[in-house]
Amino acid sequence: MEELNLFVKSIFVDNMIFAYFLGMCSYLAVSKNVKTAFGLGVAVTFMLIVTLPLNYLLDKYILQPGALAWLGEEFKDVDLSFLGLIMFIAVIASATQLVEMAVEKFSPSLYNSLGIFLPLIAVNCAILGGALFMQQKDFSSALTAGVYGAGSGIGWLLAIVGLAAIREKLAYSNVPKPLRGIGITFIITGLMGIAFMSFLGIKL
Amino acid sequence: MLSKRSKEIIFNPFSKDNPVLVQVLGICSTLAVTVSLEPAIVMSVSVIAVLAFSNVIISLIRNTIPPTIRIIVQLVVVAALVIMVQQFLLAYNYDVSKKLSVFIGLIITNCILMGRLEAFAMHNKPWPSFLDGIGNGLGYGLVLVIVGFFRELLGSGSLMGYKVIPQCVYDAGYMDNGLMILPPMALIVVACVIWVQRAHDKELQEK
Repeated sequence: MEELNLFVKSIFVDNMIFAYFLGMCSYLAVSKNVKTAFGLGVAVTFMLIVTLPLNYLLDKYILQPGALAWLGEEFKDVDLSFLGLIMFIAVIASATQLVEMAVEKFSPSLYNSLGIFLPLIAVNCAILGGALFMQQKDFSSALTAGVYGAGSGIGWLLAIVGLAAIREKLAYSNVPKPLRGIGITFIITGLMGIAFMSFLGIKL
Repeated sequence: MLSKRSKEIIFNPFSKDNPVLVQVLGICSTLAVTVSLEPAIVMSVSVIAVLAFSNVIISLIRNTIPPTIRIIVQLVVVAALVIMVQQFLLAYNYDVSKKLSVFIGLIITNCILMGRLEAFAMHNKPWPSFLDGIGNGLGYGLVLVIVGFFRELLGSGSLMGYKVIPQCVYDAGYMDNGLMILPPMALIVVACVIWVQRAHDKELQEK
């Protein structure tokens, strides 16, 4: 039940785009048509589901103050938490590389449709942001971290597909010249964000 | 003192080559840390420092990095610098570093860094790379400060934490616009900045 609540909350209330602005760069750059936007959204969701539990275990058993207690008495006071950032980004970058190789081998069609987006995910802030928020939220198990990853990913996917759909239609409207392109995209995202704020306070 | 090229490298990012408004890089942090002016300034200084030094380091070792693993090398250099900034802030400015929460860490994936490292530092000598880092960092900071200024002024009627709108204005019926503090308004304020800039500089308009 707690997991379900977290899942729904991370999709709508704590939406990666509208509440925290994570992964904005690729969100703005790759939202020109629905198909590629959907591909990138799926890739981000997938990476969040894979890397969050990995980073959770890493944080719990190696990085946190006192986490090395399982090695023996003398390691009880070791605090490696300052290494968090560099370890997380290393996990994300190598997981991206591995997933890329696996997808290329087992599903060439998916690999072709994701194309260049897969390697770029290593520097998508939604993934690293997910890991840092997970560290702050202090989840009780790796499963909960995975659920949080799935929820945030799907929220991101919803946001980018929605924006891409609006931008496709926008091609037919008469936008003031200085606002064309990136300016109007910002305003649309802002309005979508205000709409998403109506989900505040959802509880299951 | 500076040659013509150095001047261009430093000053272009202020307007016609601005990393945020024109290259559309590093948006996440621009939006998230601009609720008020103080975190915006601290964030800009951190980004300038990380950007300048990572540019120099990558530029120094650019000929020895194997192209296939360059992204990981860049990430490690940047991550190490960001950790230094993070520890420094925790030690000397704890309150602000709490306000910035995860966004200091997210400097690592700030696209300005990867963008400048890939586009500039990989092909240029250390000194121009350093200037490029400073220039782009300042261009980024400029936008942060503008957005932070308006959001704090209109959203909570203060600047740097001090009340600037006098009480008599409130008594006359003025109210702070609470929407300015919420995330969606950041996007709209940035859009307005883009609007003003592009209305002024017609070359930048998109078709």
